[in-house]
Amino acid sequence: MTEYTEKFDATGLNCPLPILRSKKVLTQMNSGEVLYVISTDSGSVKDFDAFCKQTGHELLESSEADGKYHYYIRKA
Amino acid sequence: MSEKKLALIATKGTLDWAYPPFILASTAAALGYQTQIFFTFYGLQLLRKDMNLKVSPLGNPGMPMPLGMDKWFPTIGTAIPGMEAVMSSMMKAKMKKKGVASVAELRELCLESDVKLIACQMTVDLFDMQPDDFIDGIDYAGAATFFEFAGDSDVNLFI
Repeated sequence: MTEYTEKFDATGLNCPLPILRSKKVLTQMNSGEVLYVISTDSGSVKDFDAFCKQTGHELLESSEADGKYHYYIRKA
Repeated sequence: MSEKKLALIATKGTLDWAYPPFILASTAAALGYQTQIFFTFYGLQLLRKDMNLKVSPLGNPGMPMPLGMDKWFPTIGTAIPGMEAVMSSMMKAKMKKKGVASVAELRELCLESDVKLIACQMTVDLFDMQPDDFIDGIDYAGAATFFEFAGDSDVNLFI
């Protein structure tokens, strides 16, 4: 299991809230720290990929388990 | 990464059409875009303190209707008094159930992330609207002001 600094549970939230709320959490974090996000929004898979590509944060892991999506993002 | 810019024009004042400008603007801001929305004509409804937005099935054959209502009430049924209120509350309930943000929440997220909201002064005067009707923190300006920002934006959309 990947180590993380902060965890944000976006279960039940729909586009664009998982991204917007995660961004808010990332703003409070320090460079190099890892945010773990859980989402139930299937559209978030491509969105987190695109979000990280455009903002420079590193998407360490993106996976699905039991209908939930898990993301580990290292802050740029 | 150099800062990109997004300029939007919001012209519609219904519940369904309130979403695109606020979703795009808040997301763009999260991606690091400097973002501005110019609200004109019916789009000004989206800047009111009390939005009370509605969605209308009237003249909108693309709107999915529950319980096969579109078959029972073809076209003229959508003009029945009260239909707009019914459809609006059904839509709001559905959005809440599916975890879709409210328009007010998305607007708040835009303000928090420094999206600049500009009300078209001409339309405000035209409809005798009062600054008191609108939320705080917005600007009032005209087309030239829009172009000052839009002129060197990376993305410009008319919604």
